[in-house]
Amino acid sequence: MYYFLFLILSIMAVGGVIGMILSRNQAYNALFLVLSFASLGGLYALLDAPFIATIQIIIYAGAIIVLFLFVIMIINLKKGLPQERKKWIPYLAIFLGVIFLFQIIYPVISNLIFFKQQKGIIEGSPLNLGSALFSEYLYPFEITSLIIIIALIGAVVLLKRKGAK
Amino acid sequence: MIPIGYYLILSGILFTLGIIAFFIKKDLITMFMSIEIMLNSANLAFIAFSRNLLSINGQIVVFFIITLAAAEACLGLAIILLIFRQRKTIRSEEINLMKG
Repeated sequence: MYYFLFLILSIMAVGGVIGMILSRNQAYNALFLVLSFASLGGLYALLDAPFIATIQIIIYAGAIIVLFLFVIMIINLKKGLPQERKKWIPYLAIFLGVIFLFQIIYPVISNLIFFKQQKGIIEGSPLNLGSALFSEYLYPFEITSLIIIIALIGAVVLLKRKGAK
Repeated sequence: MIPIGYYLILSGILFTLGIIAFFIKKDLITMFMSIEIMLNSANLAFIAFSRNLLSINGQIVVFFIITLAAAEACLGLAIILLIFRQRKTIRSEEINLMKG
């Protein structure tokens, strides 16, 4: 059962990314990305992390992709997407990507492929995550709030027109 | 249960596809989306190791990464809108002011 779910979700994740590469419509790209991120959320739930799965679906597949869709809607290219780049660049990218993939996968295959998951239970509930977040990781949490405020102010300052009041 | 190696191989495949998409695509928004894909593959590896080591620290790192990705998307899309407002294009080839 676990293998079946893992197979379905991973095929959906990889298929979403491949569809994003092949499609040339920006809005369809964002929707393919929703498919990929939602199936990644399912994989997180399969790995005993229900809170992370929830915020993956809410924040990534919800908020960030809606932000992308808003920007696509604002830009609204009349002429459509630009023409293809020089012909050899995609082939070079795929060739180097395959080499990189083998470099990543080789240590996993040679060492970790038969490394079974441990039997115990990890509690990924919001209670445990919250207590760890507010005791052990308090300073990183506060710094994160500072970063979000800086991003907010930065976006407003960047997009303010010169003459606007 | 599923061995951790399967998750790591899936994470590597997603990361490589993100890099390939970053180099093939030409408009800035889709290039930005491929950066999000790479962040997500790193998240998957973190959660797989967190499950395997029976530790909650990996999930906390993923929480911070998701928060930073939201901030990064906010700023990056603001910069893309600014580029579009000044140059009327989002092709990465036409933004070649520093090409020399």
